[in-house]
Amino acid sequence: MMPSDAQAPASVADTKQALADASYLADESAALVSFLAQRLGKPVLVEGPAGVGKTELAKALSRASGRELIRLQCYEGLDEAKALYEWNYRKQLLRIQAGGAQGGWEEVHGDIFSEEFLLERPLMQAIASPEPVVLLIDEIDKTDQEFEAMLLELLSDFQITIPELGEIGATTMPIVVLTSNNSRELTEALKRRCLYLWLDYPELEREMEIVRLHTPDLSEALTRRLVEVVRMVRDLDLKKPPSIAETIDWARTLLLMGAEDIDRETFEQSMSIIVKHRTDIDLVAERVGMKLAGPVRTEG
Amino acid sequence: MPGPYGPKAETGPPGLAAKLLGFCEELRGEGVAVGTSEILDAFAALEQVPWESREDFREALATTIAKSQEDRRLFELLFERWFFRAAEAEAIEREVSEAGERHEGAERLDIDELREQIREAIVAGDDGAMRDLARLAIAAFGRQGEGSGVVGVDVQRIRRTLELSAGTQPRQGEATDGAAERPPIEREQLNRFERHLRRELERDLIERTETLPPSRPLAELDRALPTSPTQDLAAVHRAVSQMKRRLATLGHEQRGRKQAQTVDVRRTMRASLETGGVPMHLRYRPKRPRRPEIYVLCDVSTSVTSASVFFLSVLHALHDSFRKLRSFVFIERISEVTEVFEHERDFREVARRISSEGGVADVSGYTDYGRVWLEFLTEISDELDPRSTVIVLGDARTNGREPPAEVFAQVAERAGRLFWLNPEPKLYWNYGDSVMAAYERHCDGAFECWTTRHLENFVNVVAGGVPAAD
Repeated sequence: MMPSDAQAPASVADTKQALADASYLADESAALVSFLAQRLGKPVLVEGPAGVGKTELAKALSRASGRELIRLQCYEGLDEAKALYEWNYRKQLLRIQAGGAQGGWEEVHGDIFSEEFLLERPLMQAIASPEPVVLLIDEIDKTDQEFEAMLLELLSDFQITIPELGEIGATTMPIVVLTSNNSRELTEALKRRCLYLWLDYPELEREMEIVRLHTPDLSEALTRRLVEVVRMVRDLDLKKPPSIAETIDWARTLLLMGAEDIDRETFEQSMSIIVKHRTDIDLVAERVGMKLAGPVRTEG
Repeated sequence: MPGPYGPKAETGPPGLAAKLLGFCEELRGEGVAVGTSEILDAFAALEQVPWESREDFREALATTIAKSQEDRRLFELLFERWFFRAAEAEAIEREVSEAGERHEGAERLDIDELREQIREAIVAGDDGAMRDLARLAIAAFGRQGEGSGVVGVDVQRIRRTLELSAGTQPRQGEATDGAAERPPIEREQLNRFERHLRRELERDLIERTETLPPSRPLAELDRALPTSPTQDLAAVHRAVSQMKRRLATLGHEQRGRKQAQTVDVRRTMRASLETGGVPMHLRYRPKRPRRPEIYVLCDVSTSVTSASVFFLSVLHALHDSFRKLRSFVFIERISEVTEVFEHERDFREVARRISSEGGVADVSGYTDYGRVWLEFLTEISDELDPRSTVIVLGDARTNGREPPAEVFAQVAERAGRLFWLNPEPKLYWNYGDSVMAAYERHCDGAFECWTTRHLENFVNVVAGGVPAAD
C-alpha cells in the first residue's frame, strides 16, 4: 500500500532534518523508521524505557509534517465506545421524538443511523479526517488483548466496520505511532503490522545536543557536565531513572540558578528535578553526591 | 575464507532476494518469528532506502523484521554473518597479508602506524574507520598469538597494547613532535572503540566456532536452572503472561445465566429506539469472568536455594500479571509477601527484603510442611473457594518430618485447583526425604519445573493443552 502523498519526504536525511526543525533530534534508526512510515504508510511501534521521547517522536512527526496530532491515551478498560465510535443515542432519541408522526419509519430509521448521529472517537477521527493526521496511540501495553485485536483492522486496512453503516475507509492516510513501555508482550498479530523501533537513552553527544537545543544559553562545559552526571545517575539501579525531559528541566533550573558548575551543593539543591523517589534520592545523594564533593573539575 | 553459509555470491538484485530469504530462514531457525508479511515489508522498505548506506540497509531490514529487543539482538548477530562477513573477511585478509609480508621490524612500525590511525579515528568518531581498524588490530594481535579466547580479556589487552586510555596523552606520543596538540580521548569515545573491538572479536569467535554464541534466550535457559534472574526474567515473564491469558479465558465455558445482573442504561436506551423510545427490552451489562484468584506458596528453604531464585522470579512475574494474587513464602512457617512484591519493582530488592523480613525460619531452617499447611489453612481458609487456584512451589522434602497429607488434602478440597511445581527432576521425586507421592494424589497436577520450558509446559497443561514431550 503506497500512499500517493506528495508530502512524503524524499530521503532519510530529509526526514531527519525535518524532525530536527521540529526540535526533535532523531538518531539514525528513528529517522529511518519515520521515513519508512511515511513512505510505506505503515504504523510504527515504538518501544523503550520511560522518558526517552517515544511520545515526543509522534509529536515531532506531527509538527514536521504539518499534520494535526490525534492522541489516544490507552488505559486498562478502554473500549470501542471510547476509542472508535459511539451512537449518540440521546440525539437519536430526540430525532425520533421531534420527527413525531410525520416522518415515515423508513426515513427515521435511515436517518438515525447516519453519520450525523455518530460520535467520533480518536481512531475514527483519525481516518475520517479530511486532512491527513498523525495518530498517536499512547501506551498500548496498558490495554488488554481484545483492544489490540480491535486495532488490527484499523492498522492494516485503515478502515473501521460499523455494523449499521458498513465499512468506513480512510479518506486520508494517517501516520500511526504506537508507543509501549514494554510492560507486557504485545501480540504477534499487532507487531506484524507495524514497523518496529526501539528507542533507548541517547549517547552522550546526542543528549548534549538535545539539551543545547532546548537551553542554548547554558555553557558548553556545564552542558557536558550535566549530561555526564545524568548518565551517572542513570547507571545506578533506580526505580525511575531520569528521562530526557528531566535532563532538560534540570538544565533550565541550573540556568535559572545561575550555576557555574555542578558541585555538591548545587547538586543537592536541584537533585529533586531528576530524581523523584524517596529511596532513589538517598541512593543518588550517596553515590553521585559523594563524587561531586571532590575538587571541582574544570573543563574547556 | 569460504563462509560456512553458502557461497559468496555477488549481491545484485536477483541474488539479493535469494540472500534475503535465506537470511530470514536463518532467523527463523534461531527462533525469530519472521512471517511472509514481514518479508514483503522488508522488500518494500528496501525499495525506499539507498543500498549503499549500510546503516540504512540494516535499519530498514531490522525495523521490518525484528520486532522485539531479543529479536533485534539475534538480528544483529546474524546480519553480520549473513551479509557482510564474507566480503569483510576477504578485505581483512588482504590487508593482513600485506602487513605479513614485511619482516619483524616493519611489523613493529606498522603497529605504531596503526596506533596513530586508531587514535585519529577515535577522536574523529568515525565508526566505519574504527570498525576497520579494530579488525586490523585484532588481526595484528591475533597473529602474535596473544589471544586468550575470552573476549573481555582480549579487548583490554589490545587496548593496552595500543596504549589507548581516556583523558591522558599516550606515553609514546610525548616523544614525537606535535604531540601536545593532539586532543585527549574522551572516555565515551574510547568506549565506542572498545565496543567495536568487542563486536569484532565476537564475530571472530562466531566465525571460528561457526555457531552463534550460546546466549540465546530460551535455549539458554534450557541448559540448567537459571541462577541470574535479571537476564532470565524476560523469558519467565513471557511464560507467565501466557498463563495469565489462559487462566483468564478458562472460566468462559463455565459462565452461565446468573440471576443478579445490572442493567446497562446506555444500551437499553439505544435498544428502545426500535420501539419508539419505550424501553421494552432491558439490556444487561455483559458478565465478565471474574479474575482468577491465585495463591502461590513458595518454598525458600536451603534445600531449594538454587531453585528459589527462579521461583522468586516466577512470583515476581506473576505479580506483574495478576491483580488478585497473594503470595506466601515458607520454610518452617509461612509469611505473606504480597505487599513486598506489590511495592517493590526491583527484583533484587524483593529478594533481599524477603530474606531479611520474611521471618519464615524459626530454628532449623528446614521446611516444616505440616506447620505450613496448618498455618496456610487457618490464615486464609475462609477465602478459599472453588474459583481460587493454589500453586505450590516446593521440593516436598520434609527433612524426615511427618507429611500431614490430610491437612494438605483439606487445602486441595477447598481450593478450586491446586498445582504443585517441583524444582527437582521427576527422577528424584520420592527418593530420600521427598514425599511428593503423598501430596501428588491431592493435586490437580504436579509438574517438574526447573527451566522456563517446564514453566511453559505447565501453562500449557493448565490451559488444557497436551504436555510437550521432553
